[in-house]
Amino acid sequence: MANIRALIVDDSSVMRKIVERSLLRAGIELAQVFEAGNGAEALGTLQQNKVDLILCDINMPVMDGLEFVKQLPGVENAKGVPVVMITTEGSEGQVVQALSAGARGYIRKPFTPEQVKEHVLPLLAEKP
Amino acid sequence: MSSAPPTLASVQGREYWVPLLQVAAQEVFELMLGCPLQVPPEPPAEQRLDITAMVGLAGQLCGILTLRCNAKSAVRMASEMLGIEADQAGPELWDAVGEVCNMTAGNFKNKITGLGDACVLSVPTVITGGDYSLHSFANAGALRAVLLFEGEPVVIALEIHS
Repeated sequence: MANIRALIVDDSSVMRKIVERSLLRAGIELAQVFEAGNGAEALGTLQQNKVDLILCDINMPVMDGLEFVKQLPGVENAKGVPVVMITTEGSEGQVVQALSAGARGYIRKPFTPEQVKEHVLPLLAEKP
Repeated sequence: MSSAPPTLASVQGREYWVPLLQVAAQEVFELMLGCPLQVPPEPPAEQRLDITAMVGLAGQLCGILTLRCNAKSAVRMASEMLGIEADQAGPELWDAVGEVCNMTAGNFKNKITGLGDACVLSVPTVITGGDYSLHSFANAGALRAVLLFEGEPVVIALEIHS
């Protein structure tokens, strides 16, 4: 899987790097990586940039991952872009809300690159 | 006869929580750092641990989970998580230790039936320096697990507020 533009949304810069490394270890060649520290920053990034994949934490300050996902249908550059939630909490309620709002999958922290691969590759394979 | 899984309703179940705390931390280190966290054959000698990460828990389980380690271990955690040399670890060091604590707390609560949805975590806080006293107002006991990371002690403690 090559030339993927990924948006990684997490309030931890360390976690954003770990997610990026996991994508690379999963064999996903990243053409560009955008980082955002919360949902509002991510929406700002999407106003100006097209991406192929969004990986998003749930619990974040300013705008959490659930609210971010709910707002994505109104963002032109996010149309058809798969969103995978990455969560520490693992709350089933939050996961259900995220999936109902349009997220395509979720990964619970701690995770392995294999889990990232398992969740992300099928979604990227749908890319036209 | 198999033992029943621990539940929140069972206070006696808390005897199972120390091993769960250990496993929760071990999984975080193995999966996110690629390093084992070992149970020492004997409790290691007390030593000054200058880095303390804390995450609060609220809901059906209230309390605070702390992870304490020395600076050497904190640097090692950051370098393993980020794939950088130890001498390159900068301000992200605190972020790394806080995330390890946060993931340990999340992983722990997800192992206890009924806690996943019924307990939320605070953002992590990291304190440096050892000259302080922690007053958590926990009144329902504390669980403590001492583990070894690259031979150095890492102390995970859960102070519970009823």
